[in-house]
Amino acid sequence: MIPAIDACVSIDPFVGETSVQSPVAAEPHRPVNFRFDSKWLVIGICLVVVGFLALVPFGFMIWQSFLTPETADVPAKLTFSNYITAYTDAETITTLFNSMQFALGGSLLAFVIGTALAWMNERTNTPMRRLFYALSIIPLIIPSILFTIAWIMLASPKIGLINMALQSWFGLESPPFNIYSMWGMIWVDGLHYSPMAFLLMSAAFRAMDPSLEESAVMSGSSILRTLWRITLRLAIPAIVATVLTLFVRAIESFEVPALLGLPAGIQVFTSAIYQAIHQFPSQLGLASAYSVVLLLITSVGIYIQAKISSTGGKYVTVTGKGFRPRSIDLGPWRYLTTGIFLLYFLLIVLLPFLVLLWSSLQKFYAPPSVEALKHLTLDGYRYVLGSSNILHALLNSLWMAVACATIVMLLSAVVCWVVVKTKIPGRWLLDNLASLPMVFPGLVLGVSIMIFYLTFDIGIYGTFWIILLAYITRFMPYGMRYNTTSMIQIHKDLEDSAAMSGAGWFTVFKRVILPLLKPGMVAGWIYVMIVSVRELSSSILLYSPGNEVISIVIWELWENGQYVELSALSVMFILLLLVLVMIAQLIGKRFGVKEA
Amino acid sequence: MLKVTGLFTQYVSDKGVVVQAAKDVSFEVPKGKLFTLLGPSGCGKTTTLRSIAGLEKPTQGLIEVYGQAVYSSAKGVFTPPNQRGFGMVFQSYAIWPHMTVFQNASFPMEVGAKKFTTAEIKERVMRVLESVELAPYHDRDATRLSGGQQQRLALARALVMEPQLLLLDEPLSNLDAKLREKMRFELKKIQRELNITTIYVTHDQSEALALSHEIAVMSAGRIVQRGTPREIYEKPIDKFVADFVGAINFIDASVKHLDLQQHIMVLESEVGLIQLPIQEDFKVGDAVQVCVRPENVHLSDTPPHIDHLNRYEGIVDQKIFLGEVLDFQVKIREKLILSRVHPTQLTPVGQPIHVYFDPRGCVVFKMQ
Repeated sequence: MIPAIDACVSIDPFVGETSVQSPVAAEPHRPVNFRFDSKWLVIGICLVVVGFLALVPFGFMIWQSFLTPETADVPAKLTFSNYITAYTDAETITTLFNSMQFALGGSLLAFVIGTALAWMNERTNTPMRRLFYALSIIPLIIPSILFTIAWIMLASPKIGLINMALQSWFGLESPPFNIYSMWGMIWVDGLHYSPMAFLLMSAAFRAMDPSLEESAVMSGSSILRTLWRITLRLAIPAIVATVLTLFVRAIESFEVPALLGLPAGIQVFTSAIYQAIHQFPSQLGLASAYSVVLLLITSVGIYIQAKISSTGGKYVTVTGKGFRPRSIDLGPWRYLTTGIFLLYFLLIVLLPFLVLLWSSLQKFYAPPSVEALKHLTLDGYRYVLGSSNILHALLNSLWMAVACATIVMLLSAVVCWVVVKTKIPGRWLLDNLASLPMVFPGLVLGVSIMIFYLTFDIGIYGTFWIILLAYITRFMPYGMRYNTTSMIQIHKDLEDSAAMSGAGWFTVFKRVILPLLKPGMVAGWIYVMIVSVRELSSSILLYSPGNEVISIVIWELWENGQYVELSALSVMFILLLLVLVMIAQLIGKRFGVKEA
Repeated sequence: MLKVTGLFTQYVSDKGVVVQAAKDVSFEVPKGKLFTLLGPSGCGKTTTLRSIAGLEKPTQGLIEVYGQAVYSSAKGVFTPPNQRGFGMVFQSYAIWPHMTVFQNASFPMEVGAKKFTTAEIKERVMRVLESVELAPYHDRDATRLSGGQQQRLALARALVMEPQLLLLDEPLSNLDAKLREKMRFELKKIQRELNITTIYVTHDQSEALALSHEIAVMSAGRIVQRGTPREIYEKPIDKFVADFVGAINFIDASVKHLDLQQHIMVLESEVGLIQLPIQEDFKVGDAVQVCVRPENVHLSDTPPHIDHLNRYEGIVDQKIFLGEVLDFQVKIREKLILSRVHPTQLTPVGQPIHVYFDPRGCVVFKMQ
């Protein structure tokens, strides 16, 4: 099967190739073993780059976690003291407990919300569900830091709008919600990542062949029994994989624990790492020791998830035949489910956006009132648009996102080709190497890259190159995933026939492989670009004054208490991201990008 | 023109097992001839073809074109596929979906060592598209062609460089029956007209018999028999070839009597006595197997007038009407014998019937 490719992709058919190839007779005696094929040069470079990106900072960080801090006159010594400090401390136990509670709570909340919505969307006749599916991507576009800040404005005990509204309506003594708590953290994180659960579970529901359920019903099973014995059992791999994905993501989460947990004294691993580095002097060894454990947790999670996905074969619910999933007629209840959709959309998009919009129009932050309405001003926007610093950061973010996405997609295309299309021994290792950064929480990646380039100063520490490097490393696995899916669909014959036509490896790659990969590559490029623009947790350890990116500027504004300017920037940033996504989808349609 | 000597090729399967796909394959194809590699799936025919193409790297052997080695394990020569200058049509056609019909066909002229001007490319591509009747569709998206058209486009692409050798890997197997028959004639016509040396891989014996100058039947990586279509069909050298190349009856027997004077031998078999021309090194008592093609098994409602022993009485067990022919399954003693006759034979099921076949229409092997 070849993905649909749009007719307007045109390639000039009359471009001559520059590589010189000699006819058969000219060189009959070139020995096999000494023949140098330039394709190995490209492939070799890609392999070295991937191996370097994936392994070196990581290995170095582990090494570093066994060293004492190095100062001007005391050289570093080998020690276990970092681990001893880190793991004999009662606080670490609390941190571990907090991390687990937060990650489990957040992932389960996201899963429950997401699964319920996915079921309503895929298996019922709820009105407007198609529209809802299209809208579900919006919350994922809003960066975590903005979502968290918006919810602080909604539910903090002092300035939270929801608290104030409820207090005045019901005459409550104290604010009913406190966002600065474990429950607040779980709520914000779980809510923000519920669309991820929604998309994953929707796909699982959609991929399920209804004839599997129908045959159970035909065998005499009741609807409930079918749901229990068939539907849920079939969905188990998808459920476990989804929960693990959400768990790993939640334990890596930095924005929510930093903004909500630290003020309340609730520490998780990510915030502990951040604090270890930001004390004076920096506790790099301690941060590494924390990072290693965090890395262990995420590795185990991703390992189990990969195991489930690969052994999921017997659960294959996709038969390849087209089928139309049934939907259950909910009767009048369908208005309730629509109501749930609307409430959800209100909580996850509308309220956060509106509160940011409101506060962006103030001179000093004030809750909405008739009085405050009189003082609306565009000063916040004037400040943002007038600040060369912010403009600079925005341009930084944009060009880095474009560069990162381009490099990641091209690099992973070559790696993918080696993994999927060749029989080179050890290619599985390459596949795993390129996907290894998946287990790196952003903050841990930041720590390891920082330590490495501090030690081996090749002049990129403190420049934007180090941030770009972090982005490429971090998002390489996404590139791999997008490219692998498309690469598998390209029949080997398409390449072979180009070789039989006389084309060399470069020509085949450029004229056949890349154009056929284009749908997947464009989709991946868009995705990597968007996640790069939003990236905070790696950048925050690697930036230096003068080369901020946009997410760092937001962070700094928050630290400085410039809420109005922050809100104005947030509103514009969210709108910019929305426009970017829309343009991307338009381009995507042009190139026949499939829905992920 | 093409000479393959002692070719061995192995590959590693998806499960990591090393498969010996071609074992000691040798053959020679004169210029302008169509040579077919015939065999069941997994017999190594496609691997052999891909080794000739250079898409598979053999482990041992010699492949020469006009005496020039394109692969030689002894001399360490391996010409990459893109420098061999062969044309190839793949089983999946491998039409590039992101190009138009014209772009697909012009690709080989653009990427090869030899440079062409735009006008030359246009002229030659249109001519080759003309020859496969695709010229009117030249600016169409390649994916919007029908199966038969895609097949012809794949052929046009293989022919556009006027290669010295054309490789065809089951080119007709993805077409429906009717189109397959039509394309068979077209392929034969084009091959004979251009006089282009062709290696054809198929598992379809009727295709092989219809198209080839010479056929090599392969099994388990080895060439079992080589010969003209007639030789392969009428004089198979063993049970495998006999069975593979068309329907056939196998009758177990043993040698009963050798008559050197009359040059005949008589066998005692499952169906009764069988008389055959005498063959070398057969002794009385040898266990043998007699093969007789269904079209050589004749039926008659009345006792036939013949001058040999090969006549039997049986009961009609089943009939299958195939249109141009009628297949009878006749039970002689406990043995079912298949006979393919003209549909005018009307004997109903369950009725007795006379069966006979010519001694020269049989092939006999010793039991292995």
